[in-house]
Amino acid sequence: MRVLDRKIIRDIWRLWAQVLAVALVMACGAATIIMAVGAYRSLDETRDAFYDRYKFGSVFASAVRAPNHLKSRIEAISGVSGAELRIVKPVLLDVIGMKEPGSGIAVSIPDHRMTKVNQLYVRQGRLPEPGRGVEVAVVESFAKAHGFVPGDQFGTIINGKKLTLNIVGIVLSPEYIYSLGPGEMVPNPKIFGVFYISEEVLRGLFDMEGSFNDLSITTMRNTELESVIKDIDALLEPYGGVGAYDREDQASNAFLDAELDQLRAMAKIIPPIFLFVSAFLVNMILSRLIALEREHVGLFKALGYGNIAIGGHYAKLVIVIAIIGILIGSGAGLWLGMGLTRLYASFYSYPFLLFEQSYDLYVLSAGITLTAALSGAVKSIWSVVILPPAVAMRPQAPTRYKSLFVGRMNFTRIFSQLTTMAFRHIIRWPVRFLMTTFGTALSVALLVTSLFSYDSIEDMIDVIFFQTDRQDVTLTFSDDRGQDVLWLVNKLPGVVRVEPFRATPVKLKNGHRTMQMSLLALSHETDLSQILDIDSAPMEPPKNGLVISERVADKLHLNLGDLVDVVLTKKSNRIASLPISGIAQSYVGLTAYMSFEALNRVMRDGQRVSGARIKIDEAKLDEFYEAVKETPVIASTALQDISRDKFRETIEQNITTMTSVYIVLAVIITFGVIYNSARIQLSERARELASLRVFGFTRAEVSSVLMVELAIIVLLAQPLGWLLGYALSWSVVKGFETDLFRIPLVVNANTFAWASVVVLTAALVSALIVRRRIDHLDLISVLKTRE
Amino acid sequence: MPVSKNKPREIFKISHLSKIYRTGEVEVRAMNDVSLDMIEGEMTVLLGPSGSGKSTFLNIVGGLDQASSGTVFFKDMELTSFNERQLTRYRRDHVGFVFQFYNLIPSLTAWENVALVTEVSKNPMKAGDALAMVGLENRMTHFPAQLSGGEQQRVAIARAIAKRPEVLLCDEPTGALDSKTGIIVLDALTKVNEELGTTTAIITHNAGIQKIAHRVISFLDGKLSNCHENKSRIKPAEVVW
Repeated sequence: MRVLDRKIIRDIWRLWAQVLAVALVMACGAATIIMAVGAYRSLDETRDAFYDRYKFGSVFASAVRAPNHLKSRIEAISGVSGAELRIVKPVLLDVIGMKEPGSGIAVSIPDHRMTKVNQLYVRQGRLPEPGRGVEVAVVESFAKAHGFVPGDQFGTIINGKKLTLNIVGIVLSPEYIYSLGPGEMVPNPKIFGVFYISEEVLRGLFDMEGSFNDLSITTMRNTELESVIKDIDALLEPYGGVGAYDREDQASNAFLDAELDQLRAMAKIIPPIFLFVSAFLVNMILSRLIALEREHVGLFKALGYGNIAIGGHYAKLVIVIAIIGILIGSGAGLWLGMGLTRLYASFYSYPFLLFEQSYDLYVLSAGITLTAALSGAVKSIWSVVILPPAVAMRPQAPTRYKSLFVGRMNFTRIFSQLTTMAFRHIIRWPVRFLMTTFGTALSVALLVTSLFSYDSIEDMIDVIFFQTDRQDVTLTFSDDRGQDVLWLVNKLPGVVRVEPFRATPVKLKNGHRTMQMSLLALSHETDLSQILDIDSAPMEPPKNGLVISERVADKLHLNLGDLVDVVLTKKSNRIASLPISGIAQSYVGLTAYMSFEALNRVMRDGQRVSGARIKIDEAKLDEFYEAVKETPVIASTALQDISRDKFRETIEQNITTMTSVYIVLAVIITFGVIYNSARIQLSERARELASLRVFGFTRAEVSSVLMVELAIIVLLAQPLGWLLGYALSWSVVKGFETDLFRIPLVVNANTFAWASVVVLTAALVSALIVRRRIDHLDLISVLKTRE
Repeated sequence: MPVSKNKPREIFKISHLSKIYRTGEVEVRAMNDVSLDMIEGEMTVLLGPSGSGKSTFLNIVGGLDQASSGTVFFKDMELTSFNERQLTRYRRDHVGFVFQFYNLIPSLTAWENVALVTEVSKNPMKAGDALAMVGLENRMTHFPAQLSGGEQQRVAIARAIAKRPEVLLCDEPTGALDSKTGIIVLDALTKVNEELGTTTAIITHNAGIQKIAHRVISFLDGKLSNCHENKSRIKPAEVVW
């Protein structure tokens, strides 16, 4: 090993604490890249592999009742490679041990052959077979939530008939990786499940002889999906076709897309913070090291080492530190990425997980980290290269300081000499001061960014559950019904208030822009359900026209008063042109609102209702549940309490995991920045501080010179950090915004306070560590040697 | 306050002072059984080659270092029994230091460097007066970077004497200076000694300087090798460099 290289090893050994602090910040940068990109890729690959191996459909459609003989015509559509005609129906579940009724979807599987589209992965047992009674295969999440294994049974109410189903298999489907019950915001496998029944059995139960109501299609590569959708819509139109759609609008896939988008957003927002801070720290430490080794540099040059050799020597030092950071970061990133992937995967239903450990990701993150580190080192290394040897051998001239104020005004009359020293030092090194403040502010910002989600989710829960949807239960009928059904609902035990609604799928079209959503009609006297305008004030469902959410207005370029084409998918794609009479705020799902009268008028099929929102006397809840299970018209129930709890639990579980990671990262940044800047100051000013000790200043007084400056930095960093944190939170909110899900930007005062408490504590601890070093300054040796 | 010839009073009583440094397995006896007294108001020059123990002696007497054995009395206080906190107090109240490399605070002006000490002293002179005494009344608002080496050293002397210390300890105060500026610095030290009566100890390599002192103490290999009084003193300007 060459002598200069040995010097690198000894330097790193000597500066181990600072090297480690910088390496850890670099590690955070590398780790967050690997974690976020790795998790993204793993989930993306896993999904693609699942879709590919199990033939996930690319076009989906449903109808009220279409004849099976359409099959040949569907298969003849150009580009279609496979079509599966199915019966898909909502059912009520009556599971022993559960008071509340659950809901589910029953899906038919063909008898005596494999499904061509949306094939099932059998985790346990087998698929149901015809002629063996009512056998089902249930999705894994539902089985897990209830502890079901093949051989168990559970009760259902199918088409008004009570039926006991025998579980023969536990399966996973690419169609229901993310399965959301009616009226739910997050999956709750306890009260919602998907299960598969033999076609023959289901056909009998629903009187669907010779017909189907659901269609999934696979297409050939490079097929123009638009035209396939058009052809299918034309075929199904006479049979109550509800408008075909592609994967982008398929519920499970759309949620996964949203989730992956969020992961991608995270990969863009978080790692740059660490890379920036690590570049800054490298700059700080290296320029100090080089200042201390000025004379060595002169000596190297005098001995005949070239500029490249000497510049390379310091570059190597940075590279070694970066490699330490990259190694720690890669390990941590792999670990965190696997954890994150598992977390996501436990939330979704995948039969397998592919950990995408491609080397390019590590090469990429190492490259980025190394580039950031070297860019921080460029200036210092350049200063070594241009330093003439004769100058290098001479000691550096004393640093020039400036008066704090122009003219005769004497600053020192106001502050003590010790405080003046701190202030002058700040003014002498303004860039370093600002960068240190900025670095500390970034850790405050990072904490605000990770903690604000609690505020936002609380706000969201308040808006959704206490302002917008205040019902206890939402009932959905098996079909749109006449008003008389409300009489039945009113008679259910414990019902205090009933508010009917009508929902129908529509497409909104403005020029070439289209969006698919649910159109919800509410009555004028609506109290349980509220539509909130942008300022969160409740508004009445409009007599004419419709209310759309901000997001829809944005995407379709619609303003108040504009006319929009409403394509009524359930009415043979008839188009009604309606004015936009309000813009509402909405966090989850895509919904447009109308008044009952207006929708009934547009639908031209009389006074119909799709379901009801109900307020209930809690004391009679059990009786109510029992009665619902006995009421065939009710296809599903959604219980607001359970939804809310599940929503909170799910979201908070996700946030808490991420927040803990970010708190650790923010503490690392704070330590990295504060500890390093204090150490460097100590090294630069050891002589000053030792002199003060010699003059008889106490340890506390001497420490105060450094501590005053650190305190100014840390205190100034707080408001700056809050501001940056707010801006970062905004970008997170924007990055997370999808058609289906939007979180409001709410940052409460206590979030700012907690962020500051964490950073101040971390700063205090690093200051105390440096304080200990000040206490142990070797007075004699510091003073006797020339700097 | 001229030196009283009638009643010479010992300001330091040093007996059997030894200092042993241990670095790893090596034991260095920096000072070995030194006993001497220093007289109040006198200027003493400490001579000796590198490693002879003179700096060690000055550090212990100045409260910067602790002895391995022996005792040092400053007036009636036993320095060798002081703890860290008491030594800080001792330095703050009684001792002024001047170093070879000045050790000025670069972020403070000349005046402020002196005020640094006067702010924490019980009975200081005005910072301006201290600077005037070393001939720097016109350089008070200059930062160290704007001063020559000799000027910087004089600021250091002004800073050391501003609190009216009873003892002024100088470690190679002219070591980094040329002869011309060296003489100006020695002039300042002599002036302080004569006008304030501050007991002054100067470490030097330069044997020529010894003749400006009342007393000369020589060290060799950690031991006291010679101690004599100068019958006649010369002015700093007469020193042959």
